[in-house]
Amino acid sequence: MSAIETLAPTLRYRLREFHSFEAAGDRFVYLVPSGAFFALGVIGGDIVDRIRAVNPTREELADFLLDRGYPSSEISVSLMELEQSGVINQGDFVQEKPSVPIKKFPLQRIVLNITNQCNLACTYCYEYSADKISKTEGKPKFMPASVAEASIDMLIKESEDRPSIHVTFFGGETLLNFPMLRSSVEYAKRRCAEVGKQVEFSLTTNATLLTEQVVDFLAEHKVGMTISIDGDRELNDKMRVFADGRGSYDVIVPRIKMLLQRHKTNSIGARVTLSSGVHHVRRIYEHLTQEIGFAAVGFSPATANPNRLYSIGETKMGTILEGFEDLAWEYRDWALAGRHHGFTNVNDTLKELHSGISKAYPCGAGLGLLGVGTAGDINLCHRFVDSDTGRMGHVHKGGVNHEAREQFLDTHHIGARYDCHTCWARPVCAGGCYHEAFVHYGSTSAATLHYCDWIRGWNDLCLRIYGEISLRNPSFLDRFNEN
Amino acid sequence: MHSMKPVNRKARRVEAAVNEVTGDVQALQKRGGEGKIYYPMGCTLNFTPGWEVDISGGTAGLCQPVERDLFDCYLGCGWPAQVPDHLNNAPDWTDKCASAANDWRKVDIVFP
Repeated sequence: MSAIETLAPTLRYRLREFHSFEAAGDRFVYLVPSGAFFALGVIGGDIVDRIRAVNPTREELADFLLDRGYPSSEISVSLMELEQSGVINQGDFVQEKPSVPIKKFPLQRIVLNITNQCNLACTYCYEYSADKISKTEGKPKFMPASVAEASIDMLIKESEDRPSIHVTFFGGETLLNFPMLRSSVEYAKRRCAEVGKQVEFSLTTNATLLTEQVVDFLAEHKVGMTISIDGDRELNDKMRVFADGRGSYDVIVPRIKMLLQRHKTNSIGARVTLSSGVHHVRRIYEHLTQEIGFAAVGFSPATANPNRLYSIGETKMGTILEGFEDLAWEYRDWALAGRHHGFTNVNDTLKELHSGISKAYPCGAGLGLLGVGTAGDINLCHRFVDSDTGRMGHVHKGGVNHEAREQFLDTHHIGARYDCHTCWARPVCAGGCYHEAFVHYGSTSAATLHYCDWIRGWNDLCLRIYGEISLRNPSFLDRFNEN
Repeated sequence: MHSMKPVNRKARRVEAAVNEVTGDVQALQKRGGEGKIYYPMGCTLNFTPGWEVDISGGTAGLCQPVERDLFDCYLGCGWPAQVPDHLNNAPDWTDKCASAANDWRKVDIVFP
């Protein structure tokens, strides 16, 4: 018998860190920080409840369970399982501070801001609005091919032994620089064929410039697409307007329908930006799926300083979460019937919960992903391109500045985000978007505290949905196995 | 698991780790799946004696002499052999036994 076991009888059991919830009448625990989650059996539930109530010693707990009729062998195995899995602990448990992980992290994706110009003037746009952080003065309006090619070469080099890389085109309005986009795709394919890597592409567009010729090129090269659109005419045209104030809905809808009909080689999703006047989740979702024909629709609140008129505010966020919940239960119903539902916010969260992700960083920015501006400046991600914050080198001047990148990763690791250390949602959140934090608090390393309740509420909802699907239609979850 | 059931992929990995800690003692003849033989550390394959049977389940392949299990089984394999506690109470009990195969009669008698 080891020294620890000898001492153990005097120590009191305590619960470790987890989030408990119920789904379809069963009890679940989502363990933090591992991200593993389990359905509690009857004895597991009794043990957790007893520890929560009285923090018993091992002897007291065993007596309690024996009185309830559990055989002693089942009691000892159960206690050992729960302790080894990190649900309970004898004595106080000191969580080790998460360490900064490996410094060497090959690049997987670059986002090329191929233009900083746009033919729309959406009120909430972070590239043009009052919260703009990029400094485009003196920078070319359109990225020249030489910068794009140097960026692609840099990605190939920095991706080291990764078999597959990804190039995302972004703007401004991406298709304003379509000739360069086309030559970049061809260049990347040629270079990747030479070095034996796979390459994939994606882009975001406002759809105003889609023509059959453009769409056919994108389909041929399997370019995944995200279309910015905020719903029906009335809602879309509140924010998504041309410089003269004209709405964009009537211009884009016929083009989107043409796109959905001609481009079948990769996913095409709608991306809705929610703002103070645009928070009608179900109405938007139904319009985009049923009237326009999107198979996937994702929603995101506009990033804004809270003083802006289009900022959503707490009351509207409550409305939005209710709308999300309503659609999420519909997702659940469809999943139980084995059907695909296009609400991608649920789909994305379920995928993360399925793998049991436990994030050291909120996203891949600075880690597997970097953004490149029109002049070749490398930055954290597309949202920081050409800003003073998050600079990490230049494609023509030595490529990635690894020192700056490492310094960023050191200071933004979950271990350094003390606000998050007591939150059960940190395995999936890890502190929130750097850009959101920067606009709200003036610092990329701040946690996005104004979203904490929302993020916990959302993840609790998705855990309950996942739990119920796991009990009633587990084969549905197999779709999340692929990486 | 008795007390709970894994739901997501991470939970299945936790379950596998728990089973590794709590797993049962495995018999020497256990097959390692798909026709592979399961070789425990310190088995007769490494010519350390003390196992009651060899990997085929017989006794023909056991190393000799079995007296060497004085050392190998409980030191090398962690087998709970009944030997004196040489760390605390009987540090000298094998001092006169330079080679177990020849000198095994010279080990001290130790009274608990």
